[in-house]
Amino acid sequence: MSGAVELTQDEARGGARPAPVLELRDLRVFYGAIEALKGVDLVVREGEVVALLGANGAGKSTTLRTASGMLQPRSGQVLLHGERVDGIKSHDLVHFGIGHVPEGRRVFPRMTVRENLEMGAYRFRSPDRADLDRVFTLFPRLAERTSQLGGTLSGGEQQMLAIGRALMGKPELLLLDEPSMGLAPLIVRQIFDILREINDQGTTVLLVEQNAAQALSLADRGYVLETGAVTMTDESAALLADPRVREAYLGEGA
Amino acid sequence: MSLNAFWDFLVLGLVLGCLYAVIAIGYTLVYGVLQLLNFAHSEVFMFGAFGGLLALTVWAPAADPAGVQSVVYVVVGLLAGAAFGGAVAYGLEKVAYRPLRRRGAPRLVFLITAIGASFFLYNLAGKLFGRNSLAMPNLYENRRVLTVFGADLNITQVIIVVSAVGMMVGLDYVVNRTKLGSGIRAVAQDPEVASLMGVDIDKVVSRTFVIGGLLGGAAGFLFGVNNKVVYTMGFLPGITAFAAAVLGGIGNVRGAMLGGMLLGVVETMTVFVWGEEWRYVAGFAALVLVLMFRPTGLLGERVGRTA
Repeated sequence: MSGAVELTQDEARGGARPAPVLELRDLRVFYGAIEALKGVDLVVREGEVVALLGANGAGKSTTLRTASGMLQPRSGQVLLHGERVDGIKSHDLVHFGIGHVPEGRRVFPRMTVRENLEMGAYRFRSPDRADLDRVFTLFPRLAERTSQLGGTLSGGEQQMLAIGRALMGKPELLLLDEPSMGLAPLIVRQIFDILREINDQGTTVLLVEQNAAQALSLADRGYVLETGAVTMTDESAALLADPRVREAYLGEGA
Repeated sequence: MSLNAFWDFLVLGLVLGCLYAVIAIGYTLVYGVLQLLNFAHSEVFMFGAFGGLLALTVWAPAADPAGVQSVVYVVVGLLAGAAFGGAVAYGLEKVAYRPLRRRGAPRLVFLITAIGASFFLYNLAGKLFGRNSLAMPNLYENRRVLTVFGADLNITQVIIVVSAVGMMVGLDYVVNRTKLGSGIRAVAQDPEVASLMGVDIDKVVSRTFVIGGLLGGAAGFLFGVNNKVVYTMGFLPGITAFAAAVLGGIGNVRGAMLGGMLLGVVETMTVFVWGEEWRYVAGFAALVLVLMFRPTGLLGERVGRTA
């Protein structure tokens, strides 16, 4: 079903589509006996921002965690740049250019801002000076706090640090799990502006959000997950206009 | 009790504290990355002592070594102790703990496994090396070499202090300044996220055990030089070093060093004032007292993984 939708979009654009960076094919993931993902298909193409929407427990985080190797699917495939990577553990998968900003930020609390950023570049022999400068340019507030411990930062600063840390690994694909969670609207807007900038600089983004309006304002396309399956996928504008999305995820009454 | 005796005992306490500190690092490192109380670490220490003893026995040192020869023997003993300790710790992690981690076993199972591994290891040593106390070969003529505040230090004490301080400085450097150290600290704070950064958790855990084992083994050799070598020798220093790690704040490397030095001094000063039979009473009383006022230890980090 999703394939058909994309074909028509492609015909509308009338051009060659960018190559897929990430593809999930009929992904099934279980927690014990509970089926968390019931055959998810999803494509993220080079240069896109794709939003993954859905209620609590719909399987959004599970999808991201499977894509970055933290969970292994029972069946189905994960492809990065067309290469199958399911079965590869997360510490090896980072070398495929995948950066995962986990839910709840999860900065290293007893490491300084600088040490956190250096951890992001752990897969390289040493951190790239240019990447560090880039992160400090994107997030000037981090530059002011290089020797402060991660655990003492505010929520917004921690989110910036978590994103900056992921960028230090030079990801081609950035996975973001609820970057707006628990943050003031002003900070959320700042962070989304920076995500826009990161995408403009060439990083592909797959974004999980409950804040559908915010996510779709940034994303090119979106997927809606319900109880472990994709129920809708379309361009952001179309999703924003869809009455079912408006009712369920934008807080508008029936 | 003269003032001179006071300084003598203080120096003795610091020397003993150095050993406790080095052993305590092994407990604290492993606790840091796995939240595991590795009670078998006392046997790693004991195997280190046997490692040094074996190497020096096989090497058949001259009857009365002196000078450069003595230095070589001490270094060989230290290296052999460290190697034995490291190897036992490596095997312990691989055989006893890794299968449990693979299966996601509950904490209690790890604890019981640790105690079981400890029984196994010291009985293995009893079987392999016999159950009698053995003395290290003569490595040097143990005479007084230094006087600090009127306290005499003999060669053994100087060797213990110098090598223990060297190991602590080296360990501190590894943990805070190297890539492996970053990996260890990252796994200690958030293993899942560490793996997202490219840290291979299994590798880091294994190397953490080896580092703890190297230090514990070398400490075992040093302890053996000063005392006897016997298969049960790990228990008391081990449990005291564990207490030292808790006292300093388990999971915190500098805390373990501080706790070790402190317990060494408290024990020895207690012996000075009240006599030998109060040694361990005082050590553990100090532990209880500190934990009453600082439940996370002197340099305590919050136990667990939350920010």
